[in-house]
Amino acid sequence: MKLKIQRFCHHRTPEKSTLVEYDVPLKECTLLEALYYIKEQVDPTLTFASGCRSEVCGSCAVRVNGREKLACGYKTKEGDIIEPLSKTAIIKDLVVDHEVSLNTLKRVKGWLDKPATPQTVTAEEEKRIEKQTDCILCSSCFSACPVLETETDFLGPFALTRAYRYVNDPRCTESKIRIDAVQKKGIWDCTLCGECTAVCPQGIDPKTDILMLRTKSVQYGYTDPSFATGGDDMFGGGFDPGF
Amino acid sequence: MLHCDILVIGSGGAGLATALSAYEKNANVIIVGETYPTRSQTCMAQGGINAALGNISADSPKQHIDDTLKAAAGLASERMVKRLCESAPETIFWLDAIGVPFSRTPENKIAQRRLGGTANTRACYSQDYTGLKILHTLYDQVLAHEIPCLNERFLLDLAVENNTAKGAFFYNIREGKIETILAKSVVLATGGYSGIYHGYTTNTRQSSGDGIAMAFRAGAVLSNMEFVQFHPTALKGSGILISESARGAGGTLINQHGARFTDELAPRDQVSRAIWQELVKGDQVYLDISHLGESFIDEYIPQERKLCLTYAGIDPVHEPIPIAPVAHYSMGGICVDQNHMSTINGLFAVGECANAKVHGANRLGGNSLLEIIAFGRECGVSATNYATQSTAPHPVSDRHIADRLQQLLELPQQQNFYDMRADTGSILYQKAGILRDKASLSFAKSTVEQITTQLPEMGIVDRGNIYNTNLIERLKFENSMVLARIVLESALAREESRGAHFRTDFPQQHPDYHKESISFLDKGHLITRFQEVVS
Repeated sequence: MKLKIQRFCHHRTPEKSTLVEYDVPLKECTLLEALYYIKEQVDPTLTFASGCRSEVCGSCAVRVNGREKLACGYKTKEGDIIEPLSKTAIIKDLVVDHEVSLNTLKRVKGWLDKPATPQTVTAEEEKRIEKQTDCILCSSCFSACPVLETETDFLGPFALTRAYRYVNDPRCTESKIRIDAVQKKGIWDCTLCGECTAVCPQGIDPKTDILMLRTKSVQYGYTDPSFATGGDDMFGGGFDPGF
Repeated sequence: MLHCDILVIGSGGAGLATALSAYEKNANVIIVGETYPTRSQTCMAQGGINAALGNISADSPKQHIDDTLKAAAGLASERMVKRLCESAPETIFWLDAIGVPFSRTPENKIAQRRLGGTANTRACYSQDYTGLKILHTLYDQVLAHEIPCLNERFLLDLAVENNTAKGAFFYNIREGKIETILAKSVVLATGGYSGIYHGYTTNTRQSSGDGIAMAFRAGAVLSNMEFVQFHPTALKGSGILISESARGAGGTLINQHGARFTDELAPRDQVSRAIWQELVKGDQVYLDISHLGESFIDEYIPQERKLCLTYAGIDPVHEPIPIAPVAHYSMGGICVDQNHMSTINGLFAVGECANAKVHGANRLGGNSLLEIIAFGRECGVSATNYATQSTAPHPVSDRHIADRLQQLLELPQQQNFYDMRADTGSILYQKAGILRDKASLSFAKSTVEQITTQLPEMGIVDRGNIYNTNLIERLKFENSMVLARIVLESALAREESRGAHFRTDFPQQHPDYHKESISFLDKGHLITRFQEVVS
């Protein structure tokens, strides 16, 4: 089985990304198994991240034929093209710098500010945050988000999902702080394209979480800034009443 | 050169719990991890975290203590087990208070499920993502308190002078630089060593017991290293874990004739041996959960179905799952006292890298998540108390570390260490696994010794300084060879069978070995002895 992997490292020549083809004599293997085969038997300089091998640690997300996948959960196919995640700096080969994307969690204040009274959450309240707390922080959604192509300081999908997870948690007494934190470069900048939802390996739906945060924001008195500015963003110019 | 009060090495559940409790005591904490905090092995713990809440059926801390001591087969400290089990309900309430989304009963109580080794329903859970959700909640709290996390730093060595920890040396993986961090207290929370059974383990490839190997090299005493738990139900071939909760929910173990052959909820050592005996007869062994029904499986153990589909091409709703027992958890580790301090002053150890005398010869499912949180929080307090009585260490030289790395980079590549790692894993599994005897252990020992002498022929190919995982894996391989030798020496020395250590040539438990084994370096030589378990 042949696959192509994007290789890049500052100290290599040429100092730009190149697609390198490898022949992996394995049948029915995950992409991670293929990557390990190459590293251990063909080229030990091939560099990628991995951890649990069971789709729960979020280490091994890459792009396969342009789509975000966890290498450990993806079955390799003939001719696959493997690239690192997008929207973040490549450190080497398939390893990217996650510090920038993880920093969005700080910006949305994704946590409880103080300990809550234990044993107060109901079964129904727990269910409301169950899916969002399945997140493994693999950054697939961050990589797939088209808004981040132009707005590099957009909060991105997983941080907004985490913000919603806490806003929606009955133990969170300071929801307003989270709602305030997601206004700028956040929920209103999302185009609701759904790419994040499409690539999430955990079946989480950040697009819907963002819509829910918009509804909550309206309840807190916020309005969609594209309307507040007289529809500049929607109609491409100021409102001209003199037709 | 960075300074802090408490240097926490390892950013899994034990490390983050330690850091949070030290922070609460106003200590200046730095967390250093080999990867990002949410990527540690804690996220792989599925089944649950034990606490005698009695939310489903009657239970008591006393019963939890008795079950834990029984599984430990005489090698646990009653005092430490008592502390662990009695603090368990408060530990759950703390996790609940900081935001862990525990699954609930219809009556809105924290839900609990049954795991092996107990008649009681004791494990609190978040579906089968318990470790993941605990770990992420701890991380959220670390972010809230702005505790610095230095990610992607590999522990190269501990700085120890006069048997006192001063800090540690790290390899900044991204930049290829050596970094030194000085601290008044150093906490190792670096995980276990089941990864030495490479290819036959539920663990990640990274779990080579690096912190334990560093502590040993620095002069710390290790204990009970022969006790490695083999989890009964890993997917055959890949070693991917299928949680004990599948059996707790009513899953059965059957052979290829469809016959049951063991009590599925006996302690893990017994179940693994029963499966092994079927496998050596040439039979296949399966875990069957199909009778539980699709809706139950999707509601309570959804991850198990997903894992079976991806890694075995099997839908457990319709067919039995082919399984085999593989190395899962190391009970042995850095020998610590009741304050979680090792035999090196100011060097603490917590979580799987430590032997805090609570699991003894066999760990109960649901007790390791409990240990990392309950003892992590205790360790943070102990490390802070120690730090308040210490002075800031003087700068130390990293010259010897730089020389060692340089030598490694210059080694010839006559042998592929990846092949050697695979060979070692296979030999350890066959010869020092679920069943062992003097001949098999001696064979494994001579193989490990031979490979160790060949290490200078196993150079690396990648000589670059940016994100050199070839170098890190080679460093880890050397650590795992150090630990393999200690495991084998300890296993040879214990001429009896107890818990996870089963010697076919000494199949009975023997009162002479109602002791813990200890391993340490004396003038460069490995010494293995036995000592009384401090109660």
